[in-house]
Amino acid sequence: MSFKVALPKGRLMEDTAAVLTDAEWGFDGYHAKARFYRLKSKKYPDVEAKIFHEKDIPIQVAVGNYDIGICGLDWVEELVSKYPNSEVINLYNLGYGKGALYAASAADINQVEEIGSNGQTVRIASEYPNLAEALAEKLRLKHFVIYPLWGAAEAYPPENAELILLPRKTPQELLERGLKPLFKMLDFRACLIANKKSLKNKDMGRLVSSIIDNLPPAEEDSASEITDEQPSKVEVWNLKDNELKMALPDGHQQPHVRKLFAAAGIEMTDYPSETGNRRPKSPSLSDVAFKLIRPQDMPLQVANGNFDIAITGRDWLTDHLYQFPSSPVEELLDLKYGWVRIVAVVDNDVPIESVADYKEYYKGKNVRIATEYTNIADYYARNNHMVKYRIVPTWGATEAFIPEDADIMVENTETGGTIKRHNLKIVDTIFESTACIIANKESKKNKVKKAEMDKIVKLMCKALEEGQ
Amino acid sequence: METKRCKGCNDSSPDSMKKFRQIEQALQDCCKSWGYQEIRTPMLEYLHLFTAAGTLTPGMLRRVYSFLDWDGWSGERVVLKPEGTIPAARYYIENGGGEIARLYYVTNNFIFEETGTKARERWQGGVEFIGAGGATVDVELISMALEVLGRSGFSKVKLNLSHAGLVRALLANLNVSETEQNNLFNRILDGEITALEGIRPDNSEMVKIFELILDMKGKSSAFLRNIKAMVPTQYKDIKEALNDLLSSTELLDELGITYQIDLTSGKGFEYYTGIIFRLALNGQNIGGGGRYDALIPLLGGEKKAAAGFALYMDRLVNILAVKEENEAESVSIEAVDGSEKLTFKYAEAMRQAGYCTVIKAGSTDNARWKLRIDNRGGISLIDDKIKKEYNTSSLEEAVATVRGENVL
Repeated sequence: MSFKVALPKGRLMEDTAAVLTDAEWGFDGYHAKARFYRLKSKKYPDVEAKIFHEKDIPIQVAVGNYDIGICGLDWVEELVSKYPNSEVINLYNLGYGKGALYAASAADINQVEEIGSNGQTVRIASEYPNLAEALAEKLRLKHFVIYPLWGAAEAYPPENAELILLPRKTPQELLERGLKPLFKMLDFRACLIANKKSLKNKDMGRLVSSIIDNLPPAEEDSASEITDEQPSKVEVWNLKDNELKMALPDGHQQPHVRKLFAAAGIEMTDYPSETGNRRPKSPSLSDVAFKLIRPQDMPLQVANGNFDIAITGRDWLTDHLYQFPSSPVEELLDLKYGWVRIVAVVDNDVPIESVADYKEYYKGKNVRIATEYTNIADYYARNNHMVKYRIVPTWGATEAFIPEDADIMVENTETGGTIKRHNLKIVDTIFESTACIIANKESKKNKVKKAEMDKIVKLMCKALEEGQ
Repeated sequence: METKRCKGCNDSSPDSMKKFRQIEQALQDCCKSWGYQEIRTPMLEYLHLFTAAGTLTPGMLRRVYSFLDWDGWSGERVVLKPEGTIPAARYYIENGGGEIARLYYVTNNFIFEETGTKARERWQGGVEFIGAGGATVDVELISMALEVLGRSGFSKVKLNLSHAGLVRALLANLNVSETEQNNLFNRILDGEITALEGIRPDNSEMVKIFELILDMKGKSSAFLRNIKAMVPTQYKDIKEALNDLLSSTELLDELGITYQIDLTSGKGFEYYTGIIFRLALNGQNIGGGGRYDALIPLLGGEKKAAAGFALYMDRLVNILAVKEENEAESVSIEAVDGSEKLTFKYAEAMRQAGYCTVIKAGSTDNARWKLRIDNRGGISLIDDKIKKEYNTSSLEEAVATVRGENVL
């Protein structure tokens, strides 16, 4: 009998790896620089382990693809708040990875009852959209919208959301960023979860006890409770009439954007920022308000009017447009860096060389397509007349899913190296993506905003031409 | 590759549809005769119609089918409507209101049910009276519900009464927070009869009254009058609610309509403010309604009293026996090669004469009368019931034979 174990990358990886090392599981590649997502245990040859983004783990365990997993309780709660009958059970609190999920707002809100009290729509931004919905129901909000995010929820209030739900170790971390923690939705730590059927039918005792017997001392309960302390003063947008609102990427795209801006003669202050400032300024573009958010979230945030213009990837724009075909977002300018192909990928051993082979090979089968681009994949499946298909949303490490947990992967690739390394092959290039400037068509109808957009586009065009 | 219907959704067979239409006809006939007009509202409504406190209980809201529409980039969600009263109230407000509106509708609703063994799509016939309150209106609606059931062929319907205002007034006299009061109210309305176990007011005077009221199951107007007399004057809200319930029960008594009082027989909707009634048949809930005076203003309309009820068509169809009726005997027409164009003419003539007529295809033929037309216009007619063949020389003669006019 084999056992499948789902292990987290990211925030819990180091501590989890330490526990498994102490338990002598004998994994070679379970560390931050892991190039493969599949692991074999020297101590337990019947164990197959894979590395996933934490958010995927409760889902993979609940659907029965994995017998046990380690992830934060916050992600388990995110799943069961919407799907309370999920077949996943929390076996053990592992004691490390401590944090809390806070509902927070801008500094000028004193208590949660103020939210929505003026009858306006409450915008709730979070990486936990199911818990955000539960929060809206708990608060009996009449008008609310949920912005599901890939990250950077702390950037949104007050200009772009009234309420956010995000994880932090202490409320001080929010107060320092000028945010007011309103209440604590839940405390969480890393936990060991299991599939209910596996728990009934498989003897996993030795695996479970080897983990529990090698836990570090539990992290102390530190001050996660909210006090009366007031948030620090943080400068927020002070928008003038017709001021253009521009979203810039956080994360690894920052040096590219900075370089391009410099070539365009657009001076930026505090971008990238060493203090975590998400509202840089530009002396060259003094009528533009900037904010840093995740590139994946930009098309939606431009469509809903939170921003007029943004720099993101064409891949995320395309995914957004497949979900909302009549969205007011359009591409203004190709910035020509960050080139990737969006490809369809299958296992090397499958007799598919091109899309022409899909029909025959997948006839009568339920095709599972794993991807971060759920809308592109959905369109792709329908366009290729796949009769029975299911989209498996992932948050990274998608290569790990094929072949056991997915049949096809829709992914971005630059060299194809990661794909080859995982014994996979590309069978179709769906489209090519580069970084681009996107804008809201409605904003372009405002003459002042359009003039500012045109100015930015012209400067960037010139920089691109000179750069060639 | 198998194709099967969605979990929790049911097809309706021809027999089921016959029964459905029978009940629907009874609803239409009754409503028309009481002065009500039919409306229809869309299947998709905005989620925010159902989210505010005072609409659906959180338990129900969690089971609503909501999603982003194709143009939902603002985050605004739409739902497959989970019930009919709130959309009808929205219709009333959006279409100018008016002093009094008597409306009815037949609609399907969607509410998730986790086992997949019960229906997630449900059909109901709904009736709403918007614009006036009082016992006369409450009893009008109860009478109509009973009349529709009677016309449909149901008997021995049980009527249970509760009162949202009385339940709320009782809860307000407990030593619990407003949030907890709302929670208990929703639990009681969601059918959880044990919600009040162990919870009692601090005041010993109220404890006695509380226990009497909770023990009201099955009691009559006389009992209600006695309780009302016992409630001290300062508990105005309890006295008012008892008065309101009493005014309806006394009228029901005068009309000879029997009922049971059971405070826990409300279900699922936070919008009730006054009387709530449930209808049961063979131990199953088959409909219910009540007064919802706060709903119209909550949805942005003026202050308007309103009440209504719904009958659960799917359950009624399952209970109803098929009506034995003499179905019109059918005719089939078969064309021998070359006479196809005549078949339509002959079929039309038979239909005009009132007979269900099929143009034969395939080998199966269940019609009583089988007409064969050859390409010279010759007609052979067989009565399959008595296995007799007639030679008829014209269409008129064939029609007369089927009518029984030509038979010796």
